[in-house]
Amino acid sequence: MTCLHLLVTLGFAVSLGTTVEVQRPRGVPLTKKHFYEENKPFTCLDGSRTIPFDRVNDDYCDCKDGSDEPGTAACPNGSFHCTNAGYRPMFIPSSRINDGICDCCDTTDEYNSGAICENTCKELGRKEREVLQKMAEITKEGFLLKQQLIEEAKKGREEKQGKVTDMQENKKQLEEKVEALRTVKETAEQPEKEAKERHLKAWEEQKAAIRLEKDKAKMAEAFSELDDNADGFVSVSELQSHVELDPDADGTLTETEVQGLMGGAAQVDTSTFESVWTNIKDKYHSESQPEEPAPVETPPDEVKEPVVDNDSEPYPEDDISEEDDEEEDDEDDYHEDDDKAPPTVKTPEKSQEDEEAMPPYDPDTQALIEAAQKARDDFEDSEKALREMDDQIRNIEKELSFDFGPDAEFTYMYSQCYELTTSEYVYRLCPFNRVSQKPKYGGSETNLGTWGSWSGPENNKYLVMKYEHGTGCWQGPNRSTTVKLTCGKETVVTSTSEPSRCEYLMEFTTPAVCQEPNNTERSPHGHEEL
Amino acid sequence: MAVNSIERMGLLSVFFVCLFFNSAFAVDRGNFKTCDQSAFCKRQRALKPGQSPYRALLETLELSDSRLTLQLINDNNKVHLLLELYRLQGNMTRVKINELKPLKPRFEVPDVLIAEPPTEPLSVLSKDDNGIVLSLGAESQRLIVSARPFRLDIMEGPEVLLSLNSRGLLAFEHLRLRKDTQAQPDGAEVKESVDGDQQQDEGQKDDDGESNKEEDGLWEETFKSHTDTKPNGPTSISLDFSLPGVEHVYGIPEHGDDLKLKTTDGGDPYRLYNLDVFQYELYNPMALYGSIPVMLAHNTQRTMGIFWLNAAETWVDISSNTAGKTVFGKMLDFVQGSSEKPQTDVRWISESGIIDVFIMLGPKPSDVFSQYASLTGTQSFPPLASLGYHQCRWNYNDQEDVKSVDQGFDQHDIPYDFIWLDIEHADGKRYFTWDPHKFSEPKEMLQGLMDKRRKMVAIVDPHIKVDSGYKIHNEITSKDFYVKNKDGRNYEGWCWPGNSGYPDFTNPEMRAWWASMFTYDQYEGSMENLFTWNDMNEPSVFNGPEVTMHKDALHGNWEHRDIHNIYGLYVQMATAEGQIQRSGGVERPFVLTRAFFAGSQRFGAVWTGDNAAEWDHLKISIPMCLSLGLVGVSFCGADVGGFFKNPSTELLVRWYQTGAYQPFFRAHAHLDTPRREPWLFGPENTALIREAIRQRYALLPYWYQLFFQAYRTGTPVMRPLWVDYPKDTATFTIDDEFLIGSDLLVHPVTEEGSRGVTAYLPGAGEVWYDVHTFQKHNGAQNLYIPVTLSSIPVFQRGGSIIPRKDRVRRSSACMENDPYTLYVALSPKKFAEGKLYIDDGHTFNYDRKKEFIHRSLTFANNALTSSNLCPECNFLTSSWIEKVLILGASKPSKVLLKMDGKETPVDFEFDSFMSVLTLRKPGMNAGDDWTLLLQ
Repeated sequence: MTCLHLLVTLGFAVSLGTTVEVQRPRGVPLTKKHFYEENKPFTCLDGSRTIPFDRVNDDYCDCKDGSDEPGTAACPNGSFHCTNAGYRPMFIPSSRINDGICDCCDTTDEYNSGAICENTCKELGRKEREVLQKMAEITKEGFLLKQQLIEEAKKGREEKQGKVTDMQENKKQLEEKVEALRTVKETAEQPEKEAKERHLKAWEEQKAAIRLEKDKAKMAEAFSELDDNADGFVSVSELQSHVELDPDADGTLTETEVQGLMGGAAQVDTSTFESVWTNIKDKYHSESQPEEPAPVETPPDEVKEPVVDNDSEPYPEDDISEEDDEEEDDEDDYHEDDDKAPPTVKTPEKSQEDEEAMPPYDPDTQALIEAAQKARDDFEDSEKALREMDDQIRNIEKELSFDFGPDAEFTYMYSQCYELTTSEYVYRLCPFNRVSQKPKYGGSETNLGTWGSWSGPENNKYLVMKYEHGTGCWQGPNRSTTVKLTCGKETVVTSTSEPSRCEYLMEFTTPAVCQEPNNTERSPHGHEEL
Repeated sequence: MAVNSIERMGLLSVFFVCLFFNSAFAVDRGNFKTCDQSAFCKRQRALKPGQSPYRALLETLELSDSRLTLQLINDNNKVHLLLELYRLQGNMTRVKINELKPLKPRFEVPDVLIAEPPTEPLSVLSKDDNGIVLSLGAESQRLIVSARPFRLDIMEGPEVLLSLNSRGLLAFEHLRLRKDTQAQPDGAEVKESVDGDQQQDEGQKDDDGESNKEEDGLWEETFKSHTDTKPNGPTSISLDFSLPGVEHVYGIPEHGDDLKLKTTDGGDPYRLYNLDVFQYELYNPMALYGSIPVMLAHNTQRTMGIFWLNAAETWVDISSNTAGKTVFGKMLDFVQGSSEKPQTDVRWISESGIIDVFIMLGPKPSDVFSQYASLTGTQSFPPLASLGYHQCRWNYNDQEDVKSVDQGFDQHDIPYDFIWLDIEHADGKRYFTWDPHKFSEPKEMLQGLMDKRRKMVAIVDPHIKVDSGYKIHNEITSKDFYVKNKDGRNYEGWCWPGNSGYPDFTNPEMRAWWASMFTYDQYEGSMENLFTWNDMNEPSVFNGPEVTMHKDALHGNWEHRDIHNIYGLYVQMATAEGQIQRSGGVERPFVLTRAFFAGSQRFGAVWTGDNAAEWDHLKISIPMCLSLGLVGVSFCGADVGGFFKNPSTELLVRWYQTGAYQPFFRAHAHLDTPRREPWLFGPENTALIREAIRQRYALLPYWYQLFFQAYRTGTPVMRPLWVDYPKDTATFTIDDEFLIGSDLLVHPVTEEGSRGVTAYLPGAGEVWYDVHTFQKHNGAQNLYIPVTLSSIPVFQRGGSIIPRKDRVRRSSACMENDPYTLYVALSPKKFAEGKLYIDDGHTFNYDRKKEFIHRSLTFANNALTSSNLCPECNFLTSSWIEKVLILGASKPSKVLLKMDGKETPVDFEFDSFMSVLTLRKPGMNAGDDWTLLLQ
């Protein structure tokens, strides 16, 4: 123990010997020197007790707050001050005194451990100054760039706001135009509709007349066919030979049945045959013509619209992994084939239909239709233009709604992407949008998170970006990425890591976070360099 | 992470992920056999207690000085067995039973016993047609060999201590030739499947022939898609032990179960078969990563042990005649003086090998520990640093990550000694290599740690990637060191690296070569502060039966079946040997293993494998390590925080508080879990964890001394209360609290949201001091202790002296020269004693050069004295005594330090409220003789 006392004294001797040091107990900072007055009882800094001064730094902990042992490791909660002339002073936990590890660059923490420490303060100071200088340069340039960015952002913002205002104005005009065109369209469609209906009606009438003519001709033909003896009358017996007319379809056409068909008359002439014809024309088979084959049921020609497949609605872009893409492609291929495939049921061309085809519109109607179509097209075009404008306005408004920093200095990153290639992956940061990772040698892209929020410390939330809700992890959370922003001349992703499974960390430099140089130029230890 | 992990791990992880997916939340029991699915267990278990067909042929008795041999015959099949009996020094009896003339040799486990156990003379006291009475040396102990049926009884005076084959369950499936059905004259084969089976109806089985044989799995058995060809046919063995007067049996780790073993009637037996069990379930007898076939039996009168030296798959049945009785029923027995004495019956069944049993007769618990230690050796004395805190994770991603975690500990002023690297550190899981991108400068990294006086552990698993570009694989191939499959080609299986070979660690040449791989020039990038972790050494084979090796794989002449449970021991043995050799035999090794066997304690530390972040897993860490301690393995711990899943902050804090008071103190976490370094849960929780770790470091001198004790005597460091209070029945089933040494009682808080715990303080007439408040409590009481999140209920036994180093630093190495504070806790008779052990902390010089300080500290008659326990020893320390706290003291008028014939006064303070006397800075060197006098 006496040996230890000696060492402490020796410690004093050393500190006395170095003239730059103001004499004070080992480990005490200048600011607290006045608490340690030699040869006066020492009161623990928490006031808990007072001890003789020779118990200060005697390698035994007397004060609960550790203040009596600033220069030894005796107290579990003490702290030791190293001056570190040439570098920055610091406090270390007193448990690091004489633990065989050099903590203070001025070596003062290892005065009795046998550890061989070199004074590295000058070197550290020089390096730090270099770093600080470099930093200062970067900060300076970065800050200039930032001003430009702010300027540009301001301009851009004004432009965009102006654009939005203009567009809002244009939109109004466009809306009016749409309304006007709608009226024009509706106005043009009315006569078109009427003319078309007229045309249709005329055609229907014409068709009816033709049909009537045909029927009459058929009836006459049937009459002459039925009138076997050509006496100008069709008799019961003459009609009875047409078994197909059997009303109860029992295979025999009785006389009574025939009389029924003939309205009770024994014979009919051409004029009274008309009523008989009405009764039999549906079943009547011409004797001269071979029996018509049963009419083929032709299903109406199904118009094959491309199938709207709800399942293949495009996924929100974010969730697409390549696998899904491929699957979707496959489906698309399938549909394409479907579209290209010829209709499975073809309508046999029928002369009858040709006959029944509506005759072309007359020039007047045609003119009305063309006029209406033009009005429709004009209306739709204007409506589309309105929608597009709406989209544009929305996009700009969305952009304007982002928090691009106090001076909108982060605006320039919007809609940009920055990549970093590591040995395994290509990482891609699209600020305010998403972060992704793609294996370098093929493989699907993984979403590491979509824009969440600024989440830096309270005093400057713009130092950290958080991207959340990325692709889920097996038995784990959804991927997320924290992006730390530091001042730099260039906008670059400098590193990525995955400190915890599925929680990514990106370092990102940008001029946008460079602080005004005045704040950093002041050396933090200037006054300590004696 | 599935996508990425597939990218990273390739095909293997697809398999891995699938494997995991099957059983995302708990063990898939279907992957592991029940007794019914293990043919020999089913056959053996079908045999019920009854008249044994075995008869001792007394006329064949031969007695040399210390060895008795006798033939046994099975009257059913006339097969002769040879019984050997030995009286071993230290109150043990060894019973060996083998076939008299086996078709070929049966496997006898080598390398477990540290030497051929020294014997003592046996003498025949009497002999007649019914049997022989042998004297077991001193005491009044006798061994009675009964001839018809054969049974053994060990007696002391009129008491039977233990009987063998008293229930007639000795069964020895002799080696036989496989005969085809036609050539087989009778159904004897079936009958003989369990040679002692009297229950089977011979005639009925006659006709079944082959098909029945298939069912019995005599010559082949299939589990899931795996077929075990059994070229040797049935080879299993079984023997029963009866323990009259015993209600409590312990040991046979490793199981995720209570300390006191349960009866197995109506369920599966406890299984011993080293297996890589994914997300193991608790409170069942399923096999886990390691096997130590040692059982302890205890009652108020005596502690005994049974060591079943067999490395094949083993099942242990336990039944008890009191198991079914309620407390009331037992009371009734007591009141009415029930004639039925409590008894525990145990039955061991193994798939192959011979019966080789060591009966350790105690009688005290410490006697059993030293008896077992005399057979298999003691806990290796670990380097001091390995008793500190270990920070592990699967995985620290790269050198930068290691550096930043290391710095994190300094920033948050938390001590630690070892940072660990899991499988991702190696280049494509080729052990002994480093990932060229992530760990391109391993020496730089290790030097960085060394500068902080810290260390690293990197994993080296025993599966070797089959890759012609991999040096280790090529050398093993060229030296023909791989395990072979049944066809004689190299056995290959899937593990982390993909297709892998498994070196035959049972081959001493292979082990020597493996050890040589740890030299600094062979293991590139390694340095003296790099140590090793052997995982997956059951061995784990992802696509093997029960996730392990095929039983018909070949280790030289022996089947894997014979050696399975000892494979892991050999891996750790060879690795530890490598570490010793790399330093020229100077430095102590540190190797952690997951698989283990009897004797593994000689090679390093074990941990309880892949546990989970659940409160039950925190609780079970106590009985699991207690069970291991009882059978020699003191250096035990569980993954702090839980390996799988994410612990709540409360659970994590409680786990640190518990782990800080368990021997091996390592935090570990699965790859898929979020980071959980101690400072990631807010300042309050960081402070709680820091405090727990600091308590550990302050107590390192005590831990170190206890490990020295364990190394010398085999006494467990962490132990159940009954070990020190063997007559107090209240302690017999306690496994939510434990002792560290004899002097610290720990009742960690292991319940969520706990507001208080009830700790049992043993010892009528004794006192215990709360180590945080110094409050005194009486022994033999259940004490309710209100707790907050910062509470770790720990008590120091009145009558003990514990040296601490209260100056906690960055690592244990940094504390080397720090002074001690002595905590003297007085007994009601104002007495206390303790020990102090000091050496260099890392070399074998304590052993080879006797370079250590071992001192006895005694407080008696108001004087505290340090005296030398090893005068011939020689070690210098710069540590000194900075403070002495005497708990339960009265105020002296003065205190004098007596040293070198001089007396100097010592300052002191007295807290009359807590009766604590603090001696201020007495200042003597820790290695000196001195006396402090209170006057």
